[in-house]
Amino acid sequence: MGYYQNIYTQVQVHPLHPEAGVTIPEIGKRVGKGGFSYLAGLIGNAQVGPIYLGTLGTLSLVSGFIAFEIIGLNMWASVNWDPIQFVRQLPWLALEPPRPEHGLKILPPMAEGGWWLLAGFFLTVSILLWWVRLFRRARALGLGYHVPWAFASAIWLYLVLGFIRPILMGSWSEAVPFGIFPHLDWTAAFSLRYGNLFYNPFHMLSIVFLYGSTLLFAMHGGTILAVSRYGGEREIEQIVDRGTATERAALFWRWTMGFNATMESVHRWLWWFAFLTTLTGGIGILLTGTVVDNWYLWAVKHGVAPSYPLIYGPVVDPLGTPGGTP
Amino acid sequence: MKLTLQILGVVVAVLLTGAMFGTAGWTHPPVRSEQTGFRGTGMVQVQNPRTLAAQIAANAAPAAQDPVPPGGELATQTYQNVQVLTDLTTDEFNRLMVSITEWVAPEQGCAYCHNVENLADDSVYAKTVSRSMIRMVRHVNADWQNHVGQTGVTCYTCHRGNPVPQAVWHNNPGPPHAKGFAARDGGQNHPSTEAGLSSMNYDPYKELFGDKDIDNNAVRVASRTALPTSPMVPLQTTERTYATMIHMSESLGVNCTYCHNSRAFFSWQESTPKRVTAWHGIRMVRDINGNFIEPLTPVLPEARLGPEGDAPKANCTTCHQGLVKPLNGASLLKDYPELAGTPRPAP
Repeated sequence: MGYYQNIYTQVQVHPLHPEAGVTIPEIGKRVGKGGFSYLAGLIGNAQVGPIYLGTLGTLSLVSGFIAFEIIGLNMWASVNWDPIQFVRQLPWLALEPPRPEHGLKILPPMAEGGWWLLAGFFLTVSILLWWVRLFRRARALGLGYHVPWAFASAIWLYLVLGFIRPILMGSWSEAVPFGIFPHLDWTAAFSLRYGNLFYNPFHMLSIVFLYGSTLLFAMHGGTILAVSRYGGEREIEQIVDRGTATERAALFWRWTMGFNATMESVHRWLWWFAFLTTLTGGIGILLTGTVVDNWYLWAVKHGVAPSYPLIYGPVVDPLGTPGGTP
Repeated sequence: MKLTLQILGVVVAVLLTGAMFGTAGWTHPPVRSEQTGFRGTGMVQVQNPRTLAAQIAANAAPAAQDPVPPGGELATQTYQNVQVLTDLTTDEFNRLMVSITEWVAPEQGCAYCHNVENLADDSVYAKTVSRSMIRMVRHVNADWQNHVGQTGVTCYTCHRGNPVPQAVWHNNPGPPHAKGFAARDGGQNHPSTEAGLSSMNYDPYKELFGDKDIDNNAVRVASRTALPTSPMVPLQTTERTYATMIHMSESLGVNCTYCHNSRAFFSWQESTPKRVTAWHGIRMVRDINGNFIEPLTPVLPEARLGPEGDAPKANCTTCHQGLVKPLNGASLLKDYPELAGTPRPAP
């Protein structure tokens, strides 16, 4: 029997035969018999397969592949089909949304955003089909729908950024480009254009939930690994039948911070923090430009942004002063 | 398998660490951090004292030529075909010519602008250019004091011993791109040295620095009101402004907070007075490019023109070259009062 002595020691289970799983109606549609991989075991279960893709999974992968190809080939075209420059410049390359002059046109010229719309369509189809697949697989296994709904929260943010908000703003040009650095530049420009996103209360909430998620995750993961020598990894049973692992873990947190989550509630904390990160983030993006045009001025208006002494003396807009330009 | 993977992991980690140390442009402490605003507002200038010392050493102003005794015959009486420096005495004129040679064409000498057989001859294009440039220097010193102050500029502020200043820009049509219906890059999405190696505009200058008739609000992208009341300014325009601001920051060797309070970049009330100086600088660059450099395009030989056939133009780096004040604030102008302002009236 292996023990999780510290965060490095790791136990890989390689049984003689792959685990077939519970019997469900579609069990025959799975591909392969399954096998074991040391590499997979380094990050998760050593067993890989059997695989069930089904119609939804296959369509989703095909759509995702089409989107990936449209984005990649257009990036390659942007360096004149030079393979070396493609690799060198890859982080900088992008597929841009339609130019502002095309507004919400469904069929702008392919060179000026048509490809972006097409890639966005296939990527969205791929993601939505994958969501349906998650939902149906959860149902087939008799699970709750916690995972599909959490994924739906992420999809909400994705749809707000690339679909809902551009439509409300009346221009696809408001959407995010596909590209590694370009989408980061877009993020910085978005904050500059709309008067500093840090004053957006939903952005604040999203950050709280994002950083909170990582904190909770580290606390929970650390706690369970720490009490695994007392059987703490059986945390779900211990919701109702607590043993010494649960008692020690709970006491540890009560001693150190005066309060402890339970074996049940810590998972709700984690799920809700993750879920609310993208939910509140999506609301924050949705309000930007549609309802609020400048978050700093909004925050000043509502007493959120503090005012500091103006130590430089009056600095005024030269365009507002007569004779500003010679 | 296990051992191989472990060795591979260590090798990859060492290579990545090495690459990071070798390529990321690290510096070592001490780095100077100076608070310039109210506490808690993050108004701080970060300077690497070693880089700064090297910059200051590289931007030393040359000694001025010995002054000449006042009075004497006007240059127009001594020489033929004097069109711009009509108010200078012959001694002042000669001294300025020697200085211009030292500032602009130290290796090529007088022959860079003049037909040495007949100095009055206008056959060399560089002579036509330099006339226009002398007019420009006087115009800048007279009419752009809200940017250049009393320090002023001379030929050396930009040229630094080069016939064409080292930091100039041409319209940049971007790298080669597949034709047909492949998506266009919108002037972005390649490593942009102009914009601090971001993926933003590789030519942020064409409109904002090159178009003298551009709307005065063209740089401004943030809304002036909390709620939407004004027409939409696209994010692509925001990125053009952002790229230009990165250029300004790099050419002056300062952080954003030298001019702006980063909590509200657009707000003049929150900004430092330096922003007003910089604002006039942008207008000055447009004036220089649009009214003095671009009209010279037909005169210039093809080798001086850019890929779109445009003249080499100025931006902030042309003068500043990494320092807040060009030549670290040294004023050559005080030794060359004939370059300050409009021509003196003829006696």
